[in-house]
Amino acid sequence: MKENIDNNELGKLCVDGTNYSTRLSKSYRKRKQYVPDVPGAVISFIPGTIIDVLVKEGSEVKSGDDLIILEAMKMFNRVKCPLTGVVKSVHVTPGMRVTRGTLLLEIE
Amino acid sequence: MALEKKIRELKEKREKLLLGGGEEAIEKQKAMGKNTARERILAILDDDSFCEYDMFVTHDARDFGMDKKQLPSDGVVIGTGTVSGNPVAIFAQDFTVAGGSLGLMHSRKITKIMDHALKMRMPLIGINDSGGARIQEGVNSLAGYGEIFFRNTISSGVIPQISVILGPCAGGAVYSPALTDFVFVVENISKMFITGPEVIKTVLGEEISMEDLGGARVHCEVTGNAHFFAKDEDECFSQIKKLISLVPRNNQVKAVSCEALPPDKKYDIEKIVPGDPTLPYDVKDVIRAITDGSDFFEIQELWAKNIVIGFGRMGGNTVGFVANQPLEMAGVLDVDSSDKAARFIRYCDAFNIPLITLVDLPGYLPGVDQEHAGVIRHGAKVLYAYSEATVPKLTVILRKAYGGGYIAMSSRHLRADFVFAWPAAEIAVMGPEGAANIIFRKEITTAANPDEMRKQKVEEYKEKFANPYVAASRGYVDSVIEPAETRKLLLHALEISTDKQESMPAKKHGLPPF
Repeated sequence: MKENIDNNELGKLCVDGTNYSTRLSKSYRKRKQYVPDVPGAVISFIPGTIIDVLVKEGSEVKSGDDLIILEAMKMFNRVKCPLTGVVKSVHVTPGMRVTRGTLLLEIE
Repeated sequence: MALEKKIRELKEKREKLLLGGGEEAIEKQKAMGKNTARERILAILDDDSFCEYDMFVTHDARDFGMDKKQLPSDGVVIGTGTVSGNPVAIFAQDFTVAGGSLGLMHSRKITKIMDHALKMRMPLIGINDSGGARIQEGVNSLAGYGEIFFRNTISSGVIPQISVILGPCAGGAVYSPALTDFVFVVENISKMFITGPEVIKTVLGEEISMEDLGGARVHCEVTGNAHFFAKDEDECFSQIKKLISLVPRNNQVKAVSCEALPPDKKYDIEKIVPGDPTLPYDVKDVIRAITDGSDFFEIQELWAKNIVIGFGRMGGNTVGFVANQPLEMAGVLDVDSSDKAARFIRYCDAFNIPLITLVDLPGYLPGVDQEHAGVIRHGAKVLYAYSEATVPKLTVILRKAYGGGYIAMSSRHLRADFVFAWPAAEIAVMGPEGAANIIFRKEITTAANPDEMRKQKVEEYKEKFANPYVAASRGYVDSVIEPAETRKLLLHALEISTDKQESMPAKKHGLPPF
């Protein structure tokens, strides 16, 4: 019984300050570190294709302005500006395919 | 003689229909490692027990050239038979006939055998191998699916329902298996998904193979949609037969009992669990050390492995085991393991199968991903399922039982009938390290040597609380027992709870957190 357990495949899992020697699941090993939302970061909420970028670096933008047209699920989605400020950087160009969670542009 | 001629005619008609979609289509089916619909049924049922119905049913669709298309038996085989002497109703979609596509008459055949199964209170086995809706039949084919889903739901908890995925099962069709009790899949043959790889690629630009999206392994390891994984159809058929032998034929009776065999002596119950609560072991060895013939039939072996569920027999009668698995993720409860355990507990409760719970867990899995995935509502399912279960509930605390995990795992407080604890059990709010750090924070931080002080306080806490006797002194644990006494005491507890009566307040239905 005990001899069936290969020590090489055991890792450590900490629960309430105690380290347990155990196998770690694939999903646990692959879990992503949590990153808090950055207020000015505009992220794609759905995977799709960039149709148009309506602003440039340095553009002054207001909260609610259209920034990007993102085609997904056969719809042209308008990506809106989350806050009033200046476009700090643009990370996409028309024609680019983006996955969900891609950083599209940053506002300051 | 006229009758002789008629009989010959019948034989000819039958022979033709038994070929399904014809020899060419059968060859194609074989090339994929698949049996034909009737071969599958015959492989599952006892020899000479299959009676087929509705062989002569045909569709009456007229559009899109359907009026010129002959579809033998309308692409599905239905009937009744026995598995190890137990009656079952069965249907198998025939992929060689129009890809097993589901039209109105095809669905009527399925619902006919489903109605039969429910009326006769016997298990239903559904073999799915179909390209999906028969598009030429339009909304009639959708109506067919709806009628099947409805029957799956009303039969749930009355008769065992088993789905076997032996080919494609895509789009809406997946919801019939999803509503049934157990789903069997076979490597390289089973494919289940709502939207296929092509649609996903067109719409979302994500590329994935059919196998990686919804193959047998994915549903056994990742999604939890399937319960039994087999390498080929033959292995799958023996798993089905084994399951049928373990469960009762309906919710009014108990499973057929068989001769009680002692556990295999190689599972020495005193040598399996290490004394140090941080060290792992395989809890299935503990199950094998107590169950008849050491024969444990595990369910969802490859998914949420931190909890182990499955059937065994005690004294010849079927029981359901739920056990934390210290070998995997320290046996913690998390989103998936809670879901897995809760559904199984409800299955056992619905079908009069006593529950034996083996406890050894440090608590719930900490992490942002778990909290955001809803570990609160998923974890609550375990509490709900144990609390509402009125079958005999027997609990053995093997080692640690900390915090919310202790409460959830069939504790006295959720009306376990018998709670036993092994002498090394630690029943406490949390492990000694965590507890000492909180209770003695001041003493530890202000000490000249904090590490030394922490060690001392951890020992002090261990001495006081890390044992089964505090819980036993309150009657939360009925008996602190030697590991070697476990089987004997469980057999006794099961025997005296054979006629257990417990009722719940009248209600239409409860609201479990799903």
